[in-house]
Amino acid sequence: MATQTLSTAPAPAGGDAHLKVRRRGPIAWARQHVLLVVTFLVFVFMLLPNGVILWMSFNSPEGKFNYTWHKFSLDAWKNPCSSSTMCHSIGLSLEIGVVATILATILGTMIAFAMVRHRFRARSGINALLFLPMAAPEVVMGATLAALFFNTIGPGAMGFWTITIAHVMFCISYVVVTVKSRLAGMDPTLERAAQDLYATPTQTFMKVTLPLVAPGIGAAALLAFAISIDDYIITVFTAGNSETFPMYIFGSVQRAYPAQIDVIGSLMLLGTMAVIAVSQVLNQMRAARKK
Amino acid sequence: MTTLTEAPAPVEERAPDRKPRRNWTPWALLLPGLLWLTVFFLVPILSSVSASVQTGDYDDGFKLTWHWANYHDAIADFGPQYYHSLVYSLLTTIVCLALAYPVAYFIAFKGGRWKTLLMALVIVPSFTSFLIRTIAWKTILADNGTVVHTLASMHLLKITTALGWTVGNHVLASPAAVVCGMVYNFLPFTILPLYTSLEKIDPRLHEAGADLYCSAFTTWRRITLPLSMPGVIGGTLLTFIPAVGDYINAQLLGNPNTTVVGQRIEDLFLRQTNGYPVGSAMSVVMMVGTLVIVMTYIWRAGTEDLL
Repeated sequence: MATQTLSTAPAPAGGDAHLKVRRRGPIAWARQHVLLVVTFLVFVFMLLPNGVILWMSFNSPEGKFNYTWHKFSLDAWKNPCSSSTMCHSIGLSLEIGVVATILATILGTMIAFAMVRHRFRARSGINALLFLPMAAPEVVMGATLAALFFNTIGPGAMGFWTITIAHVMFCISYVVVTVKSRLAGMDPTLERAAQDLYATPTQTFMKVTLPLVAPGIGAAALLAFAISIDDYIITVFTAGNSETFPMYIFGSVQRAYPAQIDVIGSLMLLGTMAVIAVSQVLNQMRAARKK
Repeated sequence: MTTLTEAPAPVEERAPDRKPRRNWTPWALLLPGLLWLTVFFLVPILSSVSASVQTGDYDDGFKLTWHWANYHDAIADFGPQYYHSLVYSLLTTIVCLALAYPVAYFIAFKGGRWKTLLMALVIVPSFTSFLIRTIAWKTILADNGTVVHTLASMHLLKITTALGWTVGNHVLASPAAVVCGMVYNFLPFTILPLYTSLEKIDPRLHEAGADLYCSAFTTWRRITLPLSMPGVIGGTLLTFIPAVGDYINAQLLGNPNTTVVGQRIEDLFLRQTNGYPVGSAMSVVMMVGTLVIVMTYIWRAGTEDLL
């Protein structure tokens, strides 16, 4: 993109040939491409921390905190689990993420079906109840849930299940929104056609409706998982004595910040990018085979 | 747990109830999820309203004594925190909008076949935990880093320090670092809705504007901007609402003079003994305050249907 515009810039562009005189030189070029320059700078701003994380993962920190570059080393990549507390916390985060995603996806999909496919009263009230968890500040939800758990089961019993309950609570709304948009965009005649061909309601649902909504449900589940695994504020209020990965990172700022955290941060990015790349290639291969 | 036991009951009624008007199917589908939200969202919020006027301690329990003085404590003692929360989140929203608009505009109208890739680049960073990415700013803005050196050599650091944005010769542990971290964290939330609404605009409208002798700016002001208003409102709300409650950036990139409401609430709930009523009162103040600001904004913008 950049090179393309670079080469065409000095010549008077045919499309938007205004009366302005086009000057040459880098400053004149930048002025004519303000939008491109701003976009480029914002992208640098957005991607810089990821670059820094990857860079710092190869650092051998001088002190306890891996904040400044000292010297190159592969130590952190060779044994990413040198701190067992960290890997325990990652395990806990993954477990909570999976359980919360499954529960939130089931509950949210059911609500989405009811909202799109059925008419009933109190619809606006239900919409408000679904909207509020997305709009309420996280601290408030965390603090109020903490109070509820304190008073009912006591701080000692808080841990995996209280965190999971909280995560399901704030993921449901996102699942509903995602599945609803998929359901609303679906062609209702397909289901009618299935019923015309003597499919039972169950068959229609399993063979027609579900496969058509599946991408929406999948996207919703991914979103829920991403939100759950990255949540800090609500988690810290509901965690009791357990420690999830975000809580471990937050605590590390006070204790010691090993390069291993940057390794995990890089792995999260590279892993997801690899998954996207593979699925893109598979999609293209499938498309090519169909032709 | 209650949701599991209560859910199947209406399902059995589904078949016989089919013919009459009253259809139980939607309620069977809605009930488990709505119960979950009621028990773990609505009830806690309402009970915290009650907790905010209670007195007592952990040993003897808290009693509802209509102790409105908790609100006095929650507001009078934490004036700077409310001020910081409000100013930082408003600043973040404005800066995010100013940065996101050109980016979303560029991707939507000049992106061409790179559109998908550019939008992916907006989302890709968030695959890494936001805490690790926020802490990476500690490296970027470090005292011996490029940013501080550049600002210092241009004598900009003196100006920002005089304005109170930075402290001494540091960029870290200052209001500027907090807002920078917040802008960084919430920028994708502004770009995504803006892009969605800009992308829907027919580019031929721009040509029509040019044909009618509008300057590029007038075309933008009279055509593009009004059509992209849903994105502007959605983007600013998606940024402002989480920004008000955010205290991660203030904690990680700020100093003791940049504390926000969230830090105090966490402190009162998790570390102070008997801080629970005043903490609840602060939550209520914050929630009501956010709601009033958001509702006024939506009402002024004239898009009630957004909800």
